[in-house]
Amino acid sequence: MAKETGIVSWKELELGCTLTEPGSAAQLKTGDWRSMRPVTNFELCNKCGQCYIFCPDMVYSKNEEGYYEADYYYCKGCGICARECPKDAIQMVEEGD
Amino acid sequence: MGKRVGMEVSIAAAEVVGLCDVDVIAAYPITPQTHIVEHLSELVADGHLDAEFIPVESEHSAMSTCVGSAAAGARTFTSTSSQGYALMAEICYIASSMRLPIVMAVANRALSAPINIWNDHADMMMARDTGWIQTVAENGQEVVDLILHAFRVAEDHRVLLPVMVNLDGFTLSHMIEPIILPDKEEVDRYLPPYKPKLRLDPQNPMTFGPVGMPEVYTEAKKAQDEAVKESKAVIVEAWQEFEKQFGRSYKPVETYKAEDAETLLLTMGSISETAMTAVDKMRADGQKVGLAHLRLWRPFPAEELVDAVKGAKALAVVDRALSLSGGCGPVCVEVKSTLFDRGLSPYVQNFLAGLGGRDVTVEDFETMVAKVGDGLAKGLPMGYEIVNARE
Repeated sequence: MAKETGIVSWKELELGCTLTEPGSAAQLKTGDWRSMRPVTNFELCNKCGQCYIFCPDMVYSKNEEGYYEADYYYCKGCGICARECPKDAIQMVEEGD
Repeated sequence: MGKRVGMEVSIAAAEVVGLCDVDVIAAYPITPQTHIVEHLSELVADGHLDAEFIPVESEHSAMSTCVGSAAAGARTFTSTSSQGYALMAEICYIASSMRLPIVMAVANRALSAPINIWNDHADMMMARDTGWIQTVAENGQEVVDLILHAFRVAEDHRVLLPVMVNLDGFTLSHMIEPIILPDKEEVDRYLPPYKPKLRLDPQNPMTFGPVGMPEVYTEAKKAQDEAVKESKAVIVEAWQEFEKQFGRSYKPVETYKAEDAETLLLTMGSISETAMTAVDKMRADGQKVGLAHLRLWRPFPAEELVDAVKGAKALAVVDRALSLSGGCGPVCVEVKSTLFDRGLSPYVQNFLAGLGGRDVTVEDFETMVAKVGDGLAKGLPMGYEIVNARE
């Protein structure tokens, strides 16, 4: 839990807040303040991977069929994927809808 | 033990830094610190010191270079004064927050404007809240001793904080004094090789100085505050070890004829020796006057201060920097806060003296003692005054 949220006691912080584990930011749940989320219509998707390329975080990854699926653990709802999708396959949907 | 020789204090400071086997010096010259780094650059250029001397384009770059060097695991030294400190201040907070054991000698000098190259404590007070340990020398020998002490304290794994050794500009930095430089073997016995706890290493990658979101910044600062407070025990321990090895004693709060004193002067830095002369003179006149002088400014030695002043009825606290329009100068703020927290209420008067190189004389101290005596007797309001400001 501590890793996921970054919430730890001051006694557990590493000296000078140093991060001693490379790539540890991948463990942080950074997609918890999103108001909109991207939803892909795979009927329209042509597997071009533009969403994967343009995502500033690491939301998209390729599944076994070659489609790009979103991992909302990291998604802040910026909408860049929807803006860049050449097939308009990605729609931004209000959280809670 | 080394021989006692006449030497300019800045040269002695540079020599002891060399004896400490420093790996990296990054510095920019500024009066009155210049001779320290000039002599270090000569030691390196002439092959007497196997270190990197990095001449940078500003003090901001000097401290930035020190941060990188210390993070890479090198023993690191720099030195500055006044405006130079002001320019490096941004990175000084980063050095302490990243827990990098850099040692810096500050030849204390007033801040502009008006432009003034002479001695007061404005620069070290600007550093007050940076999280650096700050010690204060009163003569040349103490500069040498405190620099050696600073490396040992800074690099101790129970501390890992940067240390600023303060020496009054010109009054100390440019004086030729009788100084004993320790032998190399003695230095090596006192100061073990620097073993970083964490360091930048391509074989074992780490991130130094990451972002701290609101969820972690408070905890980071709490951890840092505890580290600075906890460092006091190690600072004292290192002074005790120093006394065992070198025979010279250092304490967080030094006292002079203070035991039975009814009125105490409280000073910091080289004017403390003038204050001792004033105390001798007033004692000869039968006045029960003594002196407490701060050796350690950060972490603030509250308990030691209380021990030193608890018997006195009146305190004349001298500050050499202003907190404009505040209740009093920065030293007196700490003194009053420490006393108030413990329910102690002697009569305290604050004297802002020795600003921008103005001499503080024996007579000035006598006047201060007379004023607090008068204020206590008449119940005059406590406060501060800027000493000898011409009307």
